[in-house]
Amino acid sequence: MIGREAYLVNKKIFQQTEFYLGIIIVALSFFLTLINPKFLTLENWFDMLRSNTFLGILALGELVVLISGGIDVSFTATATIAQYIMGLIITTYYIDNVLVAFLIPIPIGIALGAINGALVYYTKVHPVIITISTLNAFFGFLMFFSGGKWIYNFPPSFRSFSRLQVFSLVNARGVEYGFSIFILLWIILAIFTWMILKYFPVGRKIYAVGGNLEAARRAGFNIFRLQLFVYCFMGALAGLASFVNASLNQMIQPNSLVGGELDILAAAILGGASVFGGSGSAGGAFLGVLLIAIIKNGLILMRASAYWHEVIMGAIIVAAAGISAYQQKAKAKREGEILVP
Amino acid sequence: MSSKTEQVQKKPYLVLKNVSKRYGGVVALEGVDFTIFPGEVHGLVGENGSGKSTLVKIITGVVRPEKGAEVEVNGQKVEINNPFDAFRLGIHVVHQDLSLFPNLSVAENILSHRYLEKTQKLINWRDLKAEATRVMDKLGVGIDPETEVNRLSVADQQLVAILRAIASEARLIILDEPTSSLTRREVNRLFAFIHELKARNISFLFISHRLDEVLEISDRVTVFRDGKKIGTFQQEELDKKRLSFLMTGKEISSRPSSVRALSKKEEIMRVENLTKKGHYEKVSFSLYQGEILGLIGPRGSGRTELALTIFGLNPPDEGKIYFEGRPQIINSNQVAINLGIGYVPENRLIQGLVLDHSVEDNLVITVLRQIIKGMGLVDLQKKRAAAEKAVREFNIKTESVEVPVKTLSGGNQQKVVLAKWILTSPRLLILDTPTHGVDVAAKESIYQSIRELSQRNLSLIFISDEETEVLNNCDRILVMKNGQIVGEFFPWETREEELRKTILQ
Repeated sequence: MIGREAYLVNKKIFQQTEFYLGIIIVALSFFLTLINPKFLTLENWFDMLRSNTFLGILALGELVVLISGGIDVSFTATATIAQYIMGLIITTYYIDNVLVAFLIPIPIGIALGAINGALVYYTKVHPVIITISTLNAFFGFLMFFSGGKWIYNFPPSFRSFSRLQVFSLVNARGVEYGFSIFILLWIILAIFTWMILKYFPVGRKIYAVGGNLEAARRAGFNIFRLQLFVYCFMGALAGLASFVNASLNQMIQPNSLVGGELDILAAAILGGASVFGGSGSAGGAFLGVLLIAIIKNGLILMRASAYWHEVIMGAIIVAAAGISAYQQKAKAKREGEILVP
Repeated sequence: MSSKTEQVQKKPYLVLKNVSKRYGGVVALEGVDFTIFPGEVHGLVGENGSGKSTLVKIITGVVRPEKGAEVEVNGQKVEINNPFDAFRLGIHVVHQDLSLFPNLSVAENILSHRYLEKTQKLINWRDLKAEATRVMDKLGVGIDPETEVNRLSVADQQLVAILRAIASEARLIILDEPTSSLTRREVNRLFAFIHELKARNISFLFISHRLDEVLEISDRVTVFRDGKKIGTFQQEELDKKRLSFLMTGKEISSRPSSVRALSKKEEIMRVENLTKKGHYEKVSFSLYQGEILGLIGPRGSGRTELALTIFGLNPPDEGKIYFEGRPQIINSNQVAINLGIGYVPENRLIQGLVLDHSVEDNLVITVLRQIIKGMGLVDLQKKRAAAEKAVREFNIKTESVEVPVKTLSGGNQQKVVLAKWILTSPRLLILDTPTHGVDVAAKESIYQSIRELSQRNLSLIFISDEETEVLNNCDRILVMKNGQIVGEFFPWETREEELRKTILQ
């Protein structure tokens, strides 16, 4: 091996995705504040965070799937089904209890996630194919049974819960604003995901499977249980996110979520998750969502057309995935392999 | 050596009696008895398909032997029905690919068995690091436990894989081709480590095609041929020649073959002051028609990088390449192929062949242009004819040209790769360690093909790790080190020691 370098003792801070994301976020915030001073106000930030909670929770689920070496694009359909069933139940039986409403979508998400996990394990077909198929199947079912009908007129507790704030402040013009309960939920889930990935054996096994599936099998890890876990985890978070979404909108539209998968994938990949599996962190996924939220917020503050959002999201995914592929190649080069086409 | 006399009194760790295995009607293993003592390094050799891997699969519980077999561990009769039974008995395999988790730290890899425990305790990172350090310290290994494994050299990764087995209380470690991607210095370090573990009564089953190394490290060696055990021998009873004979049943000639002077010295290629930063520097040499030029040197000496430059895949920073008298700028492999330069990569399995495709498809891939008819469609008859001709000429052993290449033995796969390039009627063929990881008999047939090629006036650059190999098969030898050519040798006037000294110095 030419010039076998001494190993760097630890991953230095400046080699971590989170560090770069932080820098980009600070720089972008600075720039946006220059354009529109309203950007750097607590009010704008609280608002931005609250409206991105749905995205943020889903990105945590996608992160875990990506680390395991899989991918899930069906979660929008999962979320829609979960919230639709919840909406039907609480409006039909008029259940005026937020806790019940909160708990309904989770098992639905887990059940649909289990279908994905089982299909991925038993068919050995690439998860992108499996979950595109289940996306369509789930969504088709829902449209058939719901007839595309919207649900609204929720019980009063469901409506008041959406306005619940952890604390509230008053701005210069005397308008009240606050730190939504949903932001707190998002942060709790991010910490929970971080804990699982860092301190629970199942989390470490998810990294291991994503790093080398065959080695994990040989080491005796139960691959089926792990894949089931990651897709069910994604499903559970899709259920939770769907509750947040229904609550914030006070309305459930069967066709409003499907099609928005790209933003979540972009956030997770931006946050350092690799499409090759084995890497990524909860903190990174959080910052990834934050960056996307800021970019969108900035586009709005700059009054750019909504179509530009799509273009920019697409560009971000290509750039983030491209960088990750480049790093993979650079790593192979460092190890002294020469890639021959 | 004292350990050997002790073994006489020691109780064996593992005893296999009358082990057989049939797959369908094919006998893979027949009536084998086998013993390993604690603290013994036991070499296991045989050609591909001789039954070595079946034996390992039985020991590790991947497959079950036929009825009538008996297995004892530490004097107790046991049944090994699955890999977990083997783990529990202390039997671990370090696979050729090492099976580590590249994205996890050294400590996590060494202690990955902890994640299997039923009680889901939270991970205490400090404790994990301390325990991994303790395991390493005990055996004098100083790798930082927090480094990610993908940052380690292959040699260090190997140590981590062995340490992982040790940490989960292995008593017998099966090493499958452990040295195939190590430099000589790294092999020495591995062997020192094995000795260290031997002293702690850990046994090793050492499987390798490199007979020198098997003889160097093993206390005893068991030889397999055609599913049968030929015998178990004390290391002192054996030398390389006898071992090859036992494996193949044939006397393998290792006489210096080519004490031949090239009749005409017609230059085909000349490189002048070729330099590529970080790869090699100021390399100049000539190559003659029909010549087999050996290129030897340690891994990382720049030999592969130089070869890739000639094949257009690693354009040089400076210097000139003359091909058939004219200066050429070879900046892509397409240019190289058009000039008549072929390259057979080191790792035939991943770079030279499409394993799932048929022998035929693989053979004709380089000459598609010659077998198409009007409208750009492939002429299937021409294709079949070309493939069958190649199979005959190169004596490739295959059921038909339609079977997937992966069903062929390693040596025959190598021949397919060679044949594939010959079909392009090249002027120069670069072979990058063509005998790497193939067994003795297959090696011999590769040497044979190489000689035949050179008789057809083809020039060859033969990159190799083995001094014997180049001395026996080349017309001239260049030694490369640290990116420079440090010596030129002619086989008829060179002794092996002389060559080795130049390489190691």
